[in-house]
Amino acid sequence: MKENNTEKRCSYIEETYDVVVVGAGHAGCEAALACARLGLETIIFTVSIDSIALMPCNPNIGGSSKGHLVREIDALGGEMGKNIDKTFIQSKMLNKSKGPAVHSLRAQADKTEYTKEMRKTLQNTDHLTIRQAEVSEILTNKDYFFSDDKYVENENQKITGVRTVSGAVYRCQAVILCTGTYLNARCLTGEMIMHTGPNGLSAANYLTDSLLKHGIKTRRFKTGTPARMDKRSLDFSKMEEQFGDERVVPFSFTTNPEDVQIEQASCWLTYTNEKTHEIIRNNLDRSPIYAGIIEGTGPRYCPSIEDKVVKFADKDRHQIFIEPEGLSTNEMYVGGMSSSLPEDVQYAMYRTLPGLENAKIVRNAYAIEYDCIDANLLYPTLEFKKIQGLFSGGQFNGSSGYEEAAGQGLIAGINAAMKIKGKEPLVLDRSLAYIGVLIDDLVTKSNREPYRMMTSRAEYRLLLRQDNADLRLSKIGYEIGLISKERYDWICQKEQMIEQEIKRVNSVKIGANEKVQKLLESYGSIPLNTGTMLSDLIRRPELDYEKLAEIDENRQKLPDEVIEQVNILIKYEGYITRQIKQVEKFKKLEKKRLPENFDYCEVSGLRIEAQQKLNEFQPLNIGQAGRISGVTPADVSVLLVYLEQLKYSNPELFYKLNPDESNLSGLDDGKGE
Amino acid sequence: MHSDTIAAIATAMSPSGIGIIRMSGEESLAIIDKVYHSKYGHKKLSECDSHTVHYGYIYDDNKLVDEVMVLLMKAPNSYTREDTVEIDCHGGVYVMKRILEIIIRSGARPAEPGEFTRRAFLNGRIDLTQAESVIDIINAKNDFALKSSLNQLKGAVCQEIKEIRGRILHEIAFIESALDDPEHISLESYPQSIHIVVDNEIKKIEKLLESFDNGRILKEGINTVIVGKPNAGKSSLLNILVGEERAIVTEIAGTTRDVLEEQINLNGITLNVMDTAGIRKTDNVVEKIGVDRARKYAAQADLVIYVIDASAELDDSDYEIMEMLQDKQTIILLNKSDLDIKVSLNDIKRHIDKVVIPISAKEHQGMEELEDTIKEMFFRGEVTFNDEVFAINIRQKTSLQISLECLHHVMESIEDGMPEDMYSIDLMDAYEELGKIIGESVDDDLVDEIFSKFCMGK
Repeated sequence: MKENNTEKRCSYIEETYDVVVVGAGHAGCEAALACARLGLETIIFTVSIDSIALMPCNPNIGGSSKGHLVREIDALGGEMGKNIDKTFIQSKMLNKSKGPAVHSLRAQADKTEYTKEMRKTLQNTDHLTIRQAEVSEILTNKDYFFSDDKYVENENQKITGVRTVSGAVYRCQAVILCTGTYLNARCLTGEMIMHTGPNGLSAANYLTDSLLKHGIKTRRFKTGTPARMDKRSLDFSKMEEQFGDERVVPFSFTTNPEDVQIEQASCWLTYTNEKTHEIIRNNLDRSPIYAGIIEGTGPRYCPSIEDKVVKFADKDRHQIFIEPEGLSTNEMYVGGMSSSLPEDVQYAMYRTLPGLENAKIVRNAYAIEYDCIDANLLYPTLEFKKIQGLFSGGQFNGSSGYEEAAGQGLIAGINAAMKIKGKEPLVLDRSLAYIGVLIDDLVTKSNREPYRMMTSRAEYRLLLRQDNADLRLSKIGYEIGLISKERYDWICQKEQMIEQEIKRVNSVKIGANEKVQKLLESYGSIPLNTGTMLSDLIRRPELDYEKLAEIDENRQKLPDEVIEQVNILIKYEGYITRQIKQVEKFKKLEKKRLPENFDYCEVSGLRIEAQQKLNEFQPLNIGQAGRISGVTPADVSVLLVYLEQLKYSNPELFYKLNPDESNLSGLDDGKGE
Repeated sequence: MHSDTIAAIATAMSPSGIGIIRMSGEESLAIIDKVYHSKYGHKKLSECDSHTVHYGYIYDDNKLVDEVMVLLMKAPNSYTREDTVEIDCHGGVYVMKRILEIIIRSGARPAEPGEFTRRAFLNGRIDLTQAESVIDIINAKNDFALKSSLNQLKGAVCQEIKEIRGRILHEIAFIESALDDPEHISLESYPQSIHIVVDNEIKKIEKLLESFDNGRILKEGINTVIVGKPNAGKSSLLNILVGEERAIVTEIAGTTRDVLEEQINLNGITLNVMDTAGIRKTDNVVEKIGVDRARKYAAQADLVIYVIDASAELDDSDYEIMEMLQDKQTIILLNKSDLDIKVSLNDIKRHIDKVVIPISAKEHQGMEELEDTIKEMFFRGEVTFNDEVFAINIRQKTSLQISLECLHHVMESIEDGMPEDMYSIDLMDAYEELGKIIGESVDDDLVDEIFSKFCMGK
């Protein structure tokens, strides 16, 4: 049937664009918006206009480390933060009791509003066309589809366009694949298998074949979602009410904080119990995962309730959050309880939870399997190593989560645009952004399950805080062209204010007078023996910048966002300094570039496994080489020796790789001849 | 560009037939001219052809030290592409050290580990194929234990560092998982528990560092310390055991001010023997330090040999020493028993219950009995074998110190009530730093780093 469909269609050239984006989920939207905003004619394809920026799983944006991603997307000029600020119904800063590095914003979304709002933004963006159609093929110069196609054997292919199931052909310079979970998707609820994408939307069943034909290997991942309940069937009196923050912090740096002080909806907390676990254990043989029906690999970090019961066998209960899916629906999301057990077991299992005894299911929980790629096929720019002009982002790259998808979509979009404009690509390194960590992990490490962003993945997280994403990234966003001049000027001004205030605070002396002692006492802080610096008082765990306002007489009124930075930078100064040192070390190796298209078998000291891995990955630099799994520190040492020897054996190549060094050693004794 | 001249002992520091001292740098030829005298007349080696071998003597001023063969390799036709001189001497540790000292006094400086190879490399001497063998050595890190001959670390110490790292990593992993999965992993009362862990690791690293601070190299063998009052004959005893004039033996009480160390082999059992300054109450500051050290070494030793001068009556210092040795594996030697004996076996036995052997170091009497006693104690398991081989160099010491500092930062964070996620910054630094010692982390100044991994003189 598949064959019939594709063969019958006629081919015709419909239109020419700069960029084609395949898929209008969270990755696709960011990619398309970035390209269009940078002035490129962009078309975005979706299987259903109604599913633009759809949230088929959890009804929230952000959360631990994911909140960082949203902030970074915003700082670079992406849309996600602005969209959730317009459509959230509850918001919370998580981990407030912990250090500033792990504070993370999470907002409950009104799903329908979120989709509608994003659609509105897309529709009102110049240079952007939305098209409901299924892309079934990518076209490259090797296909000789267009009369002017040329291809030289053994050279990389170059993207020339796409073709839809109906036969329409779109010429373009770049294609960004953001197919999410739709490729050859199938949904499983116990023994019941449906060949659809999420939420019963139609799957995309053709594109995988075309990718395979062009030398792109795919693999199969799975993920899952819990059931949705009818609000009216739940007894909230048996659950703990979860409120949003009193003072809401917006996601976007450009949202006026006053605009997000809305009346918030509540979430509810309940727990599983021994009875729940017993039902699950007794029915494990009917779970398609445990019965072996699902081939795809699921995420360890977003486990189904079956996985949790098996993995944490000693836990007698698990937290379950009941969250509203929006204000205009009765559906409630059962957070923490995704499952692929059959419908009858689902009923039994959910109804063991306090407050859910009479729950009515609106939508079943299900597991979904889909085709994706191993992102090792990509450069850190998210362009395919083997096909020029082909980019990809989101779940198709083996990640999971809306925020991870959006971050990649934005970078893929930016780099597609940079390529077309002939500009330097944007690669954020691990010391600059969670997005950098995310992409580096995806393209460098071997990921055997859907990749989820986590705080622990970011080595330099004290520098990559959610509160300073604008300071880290907005200048870059401005250079790219996605951040306004006005915003850029504000960032510069903010930096200056922070710097000046820190300088001032470091030089203000506080005497041991009565007023001071009284204030210290009121916070349970040890009184002073002699005078001290204001900054030393700020560093005391029980105090902070704002608490010391009355004894800091010459303090000027500063914006909250400046005060926040001053406080953090002073309070954690020692740690930040040490982390900066770690980053400097990291950058040293990151700067040591490796030759392109290099045969590592030439480096005789490398172990065979390392040679193979390095040949396959072609890392850009020593730092990246060291992160490839299967490359050991000893191998890295061998590479460094090799690079050093290049200085003598092939100085031309050496200085091409290290242009900085030639200046320094230009006056050397000439032994490099 | 490398104007200074370096020198090192190129062969193993163990008793062997031949020892080689290697010297490289601009001054090599001038230095060898200063210390070498040929058998026939006063030929200057600097005027001889490259790649020639010469037979003659090394002199320390006017004192003959050893008869040697000298190999000349002039720049650029040498391993380092610098003027290089090799002195083949008799293989005793003492002779090799002596010649190295003379050369250093004459203008060379001791080579850093791997410095010859680094020079060869920097002078463009090593090309890709030649570097292969070099890289093989680096690769030895991959199967560390198997090729340990090229590593300065092995066995227990390497294992120790690995274990410390393992425990630090465990804490890092715990903190990280608690951050990412707060539902299932709780940080409640964690500061208290990690405080104990970090405190323990700090103590372990401090212990490792001590072996460096003592200037002492633990070698394979039974750590044996010779103690006794000044002039009881400790140094003479060591000389007999070693068979070389190692310690300075004089009639003046208190001459041995430092700790001398020698490795000797008693029919298959290796002793690391340390001769210490005499234990005696003293006002002389320098000697005081020596005495303190002696006490310290005695406390750490596996076996103590206590030498008593039988020709002098026991006094308070003797009783003090005996008190100190109550719980140690000890052999008491009643030296000078060929002279007029003023100390009886019974006098000693009243104070301490240990084996007492009458000897005369001067007349070489009683040595067999001593050897037999040590062997017996060893085979009965009373003294245990120290199988730590640990010779940390400056670089490794620095890494240990840095990691210690990092762990102290963690302690501060805990005590200051900092949030748990702040601990990991310093824990990670400690982990990385310790990894450098055993080659499991990549270092910044890598080329230097790698080349320092080579054995001396390669």
